[in-house]
Amino acid sequence: MARRGGDWVYENNGGTCVAIAGADYCVVAADTRLSVGYNILTRDHSKICELAEKCVIASSGFQGDIKALQKNLSAKELLYQHQHNKRMSCPAMAQLLSNTLYYKRFFPYYAFNVLGGLDSEGKGCVYSYDAVGSYERTGYSAQGTGSTLIMPVLDNQLKSPSPLLVPARDAVTPLSESEAVDLVKDVFASATERDIYTGDKVEIVVINKAGTRREYIELRKD
Amino acid sequence: MDGSHANAAAAAAGGGEGTQRTLNPYVTGNSVIAMKYKDGVIMACDTGASYGSTLRYKSVERIKAVGKHSLIGASGEFSDFQEILRYLDELTLSDHMWDDGNSLGPKEIHAYLTRVMYNRRNKFDPLWNSLVLGGVKKGPKGDEKYLGMVNMIGTHFEENHIATGFGNHMAVPILRGEWREDLTFEEAVKLIEKCLLVLLYRDRSSINKFQIAKITTEGSTIYPPYALKTNWGFAAFENPSQGAVGTW
Repeated sequence: MARRGGDWVYENNGGTCVAIAGADYCVVAADTRLSVGYNILTRDHSKICELAEKCVIASSGFQGDIKALQKNLSAKELLYQHQHNKRMSCPAMAQLLSNTLYYKRFFPYYAFNVLGGLDSEGKGCVYSYDAVGSYERTGYSAQGTGSTLIMPVLDNQLKSPSPLLVPARDAVTPLSESEAVDLVKDVFASATERDIYTGDKVEIVVINKAGTRREYIELRKD
Repeated sequence: MDGSHANAAAAAAGGGEGTQRTLNPYVTGNSVIAMKYKDGVIMACDTGASYGSTLRYKSVERIKAVGKHSLIGASGEFSDFQEILRYLDELTLSDHMWDDGNSLGPKEIHAYLTRVMYNRRNKFDPLWNSLVLGGVKKGPKGDEKYLGMVNMIGTHFEENHIATGFGNHMAVPILRGEWREDLTFEEAVKLIEKCLLVLLYRDRSSINKFQIAKITTEGSTIYPPYALKTNWGFAAFENPSQGAVGTW
């Protein structure tokens, strides 16, 4: 039962996360399956955490690290509230997440994150990360085991303008909130077909001016 | 000198620089199976602990009560489980000494254990266990049953039924098919015995001596060990080499 070197400190608990930014809303979604190897540990585990009023994070990867990371960020947000008498904005949280990830550059959080919410002007924003904190604000993103199946579809459907254009064009999609949610349901259904780690249920969180709402859609359980 | 010899040996065995960390389990316990039922949570495991392929200890208790509201069951390295019980003793003692009428529930203990396991993993000095934490505590919505698991690197979750080790492969499919919210104690015992029997037949390291424990609002009960009836009277077992010419 001896384990080689440092292999045993990480495991991939699978799952996929997606976020789409709109003109005045943001959709963040993740499946609820927790796996280890070829086993499903549970079909009902949330990967999403509400960090601030208009800021939600979805993470896939090693669940031990994900929980620690999300708790860490939540705690820092609470401190921020105490010190600044206001909640953290999404762009501020985006920078904090990047710094927190890079802090463990030499023993990384095995977590692949998408941060979604409304920026200080009320426009939808999505930030996408790698495991060590490299990040970018985009109009939409997918991370996790199903990301390679989903990203091309989002690229096709959301036709984001090139970041090289001058003057810079808005990356947020002109789709309506319900159209974006439908797109999310479709991409998850597709990813579930071919990715063994994605399935069971998808938890969809929608943030807009009115607040935050949550819905659950059943996915294939095989 | 003698000192440097000892240091060199320690460095070779563990994490280097004279620090010793166990990275292999030695005395290990098997699967633990647990599920919620109508009145609370039921947990069961066998009472064996193996030393590699030797069945070294046959009367080991791998399920213990924690505080007033919880049960903990462990598979994996038995000495690490004993260490965890010491941590939990400290925790429940401090909790008691606050004398504020509040006591730690299963959810809090599960969260505490998750932090302990994760932090030991961060130091590359793990507690080599898979822990099952079950209990009942009065909450805002009445009596709330809780059942969760945490493994040696800190992966944790909550479910209606849990099994560790081989149980994950063999008992969980049975539980997923047959578990219901409103099982009576007798029905829950039958279901758990079905799982224990499968493990007895198919897990090389399990033994025919089990303990069942339950926890309800009244408190926890750990029943004395007992054996299950097994059936080996299959024709193919009577004369195994009958149909095979030239077997030894």
